Amino acid sequence: MRVGVVVFPGSNCDRDALHAARLAGAEAELLWHEQTDLGGADALILPGGFAHGDYLRTGAIARFSPIMGALRDHAERGGLVLGICNGFQVLTEAGLLPGALLRNASLRFEHGWVQVEVAREGTPFTRNLAVGTRLRMPIAHGEGRYYLPQEQLEQLESHDRVCFRYAPGSNRNGSLNDICGIVNDAGNVCGLMPHPERASEALLGSDDGMLLLRSMVESAAGSGAVAA
Amino acid sequence: MSVVSADAAPPAEQALHRRLGLTDDELDAIHERLGRTANDLELAMFSVMWSEHCSYKSSRPLLGSLPTDGADVLAGPGEQAGVVKIGDGLAVCFKIESHNHPSAVEPYQGAATGVGGILRDVVAMGARPVALLDALKFGDPHDDGVRRLVRGVVRGVGGYGNCVGVPTVGGELTFHPSYRLNPLVNAMCVGIVEQDRLARSAASGIGNLAVLYGSATGRDGIGGASVLASASFDERSSQMRPSVQIGDPFAGKLLIEASLELVGRQLVEGLQDLGAAGLTCAASEMADRGGVGLRIELSAVPRREEGMAPFEVMISESQERMLAIVRPERLHEVLEVCRRWGLPAAVVGEVTGDGDVTIVDQGREIARLPAPALASEAPVIPRRAEPPARKRAAPAPGVPELAHDGLPERGMDPGAVLDALLGHPNIGSRRWVTDQYDSTVGSDTLADGGQAAAVLRIKGSRQAIVMATDSRPGLALLDPALAAAMAVAECARNVAVTGARPLGLTNCLNFGDPGDPHAYWQLVESVRGMGEACRALGFPVTGGNVSLYNESDQAGRIAPTAQVGIVGLLDDVELLVGPAFARPGDAVLLLGEPGPGLAGSAYEQLAGAAPDDRPPTLDLVAERALHDVLRRAAGARLLRSAHDVSSGGLAVALAEAAIWGGLGAELSLPVGLPPAVVLFGESPGRVVVTVEAARWRDLCALAAEHGVACRRLGTVGGDRLRVRLAGDGATGAAEERGAGVADEVDRSLEDMRRVWQQALPRALGEAA
Repeated sequence: MRVGVVVFPGSNCDRDALHAARLAGAEAELLWHEQTDLGGADALILPGGFAHGDYLRTGAIARFSPIMGALRDHAERGGLVLGICNGFQVLTEAGLLPGALLRNASLRFEHGWVQVEVAREGTPFTRNLAVGTRLRMPIAHGEGRYYLPQEQLEQLESHDRVCFRYAPGSNRNGSLNDICGIVNDAGNVCGLMPHPERASEALLGSDDGMLLLRSMVESAAGSGAVAA
Repeated sequence: MSVVSADAAPPAEQALHRRLGLTDDELDAIHERLGRTANDLELAMFSVMWSEHCSYKSSRPLLGSLPTDGADVLAGPGEQAGVVKIGDGLAVCFKIESHNHPSAVEPYQGAATGVGGILRDVVAMGARPVALLDALKFGDPHDDGVRRLVRGVVRGVGGYGNCVGVPTVGGELTFHPSYRLNPLVNAMCVGIVEQDRLARSAASGIGNLAVLYGSATGRDGIGGASVLASASFDERSSQMRPSVQIGDPFAGKLLIEASLELVGRQLVEGLQDLGAAGLTCAASEMADRGGVGLRIELSAVPRREEGMAPFEVMISESQERMLAIVRPERLHEVLEVCRRWGLPAAVVGEVTGDGDVTIVDQGREIARLPAPALASEAPVIPRRAEPPARKRAAPAPGVPELAHDGLPERGMDPGAVLDALLGHPNIGSRRWVTDQYDSTVGSDTLADGGQAAAVLRIKGSRQAIVMATDSRPGLALLDPALAAAMAVAECARNVAVTGARPLGLTNCLNFGDPGDPHAYWQLVESVRGMGEACRALGFPVTGGNVSLYNESDQAGRIAPTAQVGIVGLLDDVELLVGPAFARPGDAVLLLGEPGPGLAGSAYEQLAGAAPDDRPPTLDLVAERALHDVLRRAAGARLLRSAHDVSSGGLAVALAEAAIWGGLGAELSLPVGLPPAVVLFGESPGRVVVTVEAARWRDLCALAAEHGVACRRLGTVGGDRLRVRLAGDGATGAAEERGAGVADEVDRSLEDMRRVWQQALPRALGEAA
């Protein structure tokens, strides 16, 4: 089971994602954004950071990177894709996930540890997580306010595509319906604003993020058993 | 050639060298070194290299007195950053640097480029930056102009650090009226490097190529070092905005990655970042260090604008640029790395054997200067130091040193004073700031500096590095040597409480006009105090930065500010001790003894100065013994928590440990007269620790071995902090004297937390 972590110029959580994916039991490697193949990866992580400096608009340039074609094919075949923070922004810009991440309501960069609540179980990313489970992870973003028009929001909710919400008191960016993580209709592409890869060891303050990453690794491996 | 454009030029009758900031004596010195007159371009190059900022011409003789030797020191002062071995083939690389005047003129860009600059210093040594700390000083936070500076600087620090993905894990935020127009932005960066990948900043190998890579060169930051950093300034300084550099953190991030790849693959022979004085500085310092020459072809320098004059290209401080020395056979690979990271790169020159920095424009030689004349042999200016007249007479013989009758504490309710201190903008929670900084990127942060020292684990090892930065500007107005030594002691204590051992110290000396004997005396004294403390506590100074002319006509001179940063090593991350109360039932103990003297304390700011009070004294031998006890106790797993007593004194230290741990305590404290000395005094050498109840005597026995006082104050538990006062300073005694002093501090955790959290937003007018 191989996880590919896509590196755009300006990605800065790529090495964190690599470290956490390995802790979750996967083989993991970095994939440069100019690559046109995925190097045999079974699942992809688009890491946090400031791809292309977030100039123009967050994720707006990264979606044109050469690797995005292979990523799209991978997603269409049902392959798992997890976009974290800036990676989530890239996935919305690429049209793989609905909505947009707007400037935080505070108009400031917001960093801190928050509580995230599992809103949907049984996705490849929440395999072993019951609805209502709380996960402690950091947020770190200037543009994390999840937004989409009312009609689409209702559709998103009615299709049960919200898989993570900020717990009460943790929505620091003004996201609609406290949404911080969603999946696509097929359930194999997930975008998430908080950073599970930084909550990867108890030493760091929490290893709750590993529940999510292990779920992804196990799902991609096709069985519960993954060689460590 | 016109060096200064006509519309910006001061009166035309001024000679060029003066307009560039060179004195007549310096012009003579230039001509003497060259044996001929310098042309205009050469004068411009000398003017930036001989500026205070680049040449340290006023401070160099002083800095030589600092202890710099250490068995583990791989690079010390004079290198781009200090480097100290930590074992397993790894070394830690760190430095602190100022960006004060640019931040005063344009707070966002000034602060952002300050962060960018210090990052490049560490990267230039081949180290991967793993942490940033920022020590910020501003005027009264209720002042609208100050608030604008605070918001801009904090956004700028975050804007750069967050984007490049280096966690901002600590720092300092201090308000003092003297910084109203001249804020201080001192940025510290810590990196990790494999010892055998340490980059050299010397040019070598005649025929090797000089490759300039990173952003293209523009007109921004022309004269930043000489104009902005090397003269005092005033409220019209916004006119200096063109001298402020513009940061591009995205380019900075690419530059970091490309540079680390070049060093990691051993593709470069030497590397230096382009900071103050731009290409002139990088070329002359690299040539000088290597004992070689460099021939620079100006037309090869990638530019971002048309029609730049040669002097503009040579002294531009455009950000995110590096100069690398490359063997010709590796050039192809170097250019390929730069291409992949999207960075323009060009061969701009080659190493020569003549020892000169030679500037050529399309084949025509337009400047030729010996590299040492620009760099290491720049002149030193002898300055006069003179202490200010004593404000207070020394106590008459036979009169007790501290005779005052507890003046400020007459009628004091110690709980109310504690509230006031917790709500003080210099003491309350820093969260308003730290929430704007990414402190967890990198997945190594074990503790951010929101509480005390910052701690980062090193992946793949059991070790952790511990970082802190401190200064004592309020105290420095009274006694700069003492304040500098106190800052060193406090910073080392902040490292020691975690269980770690200090590896080395970096410093940023922020002072006024060195031409003023009083200001220069402050610098001399501070360096003396800093050196004494480092020698006594047993660690070397590995580098730093000097920022002079921090004064303005309207707001006067800043409080002398010796900002120190220490990096320490914890051998086993499992032994890390945190500052917060950890478990109900643990014993609370105080290590060290309080000393008299409230002058310079936060309490004195609130209560007013007693006319005969003085600062506390510092016993460096006792301080070192205390640190030894802390490390041994941590190694023996005796400590459940340890928190340094500093700003706001023991009461604030106890309240912080309680607030952070979410646990109260029931304590009893003997107080003498005046009671404020024990409760709120800031005498050094004290630490609040908690220990498993059954083992507190073990700690006291260990402390006794080192001659360190150890007193049990009480027990952790409950949701209130209760400190009953006993002794001469408590109610009974005081009431006899009619003072009506309350006999205890009794506050709920919730009340203390609220006051503490609201301190900063309230002061800045941002309270919800």
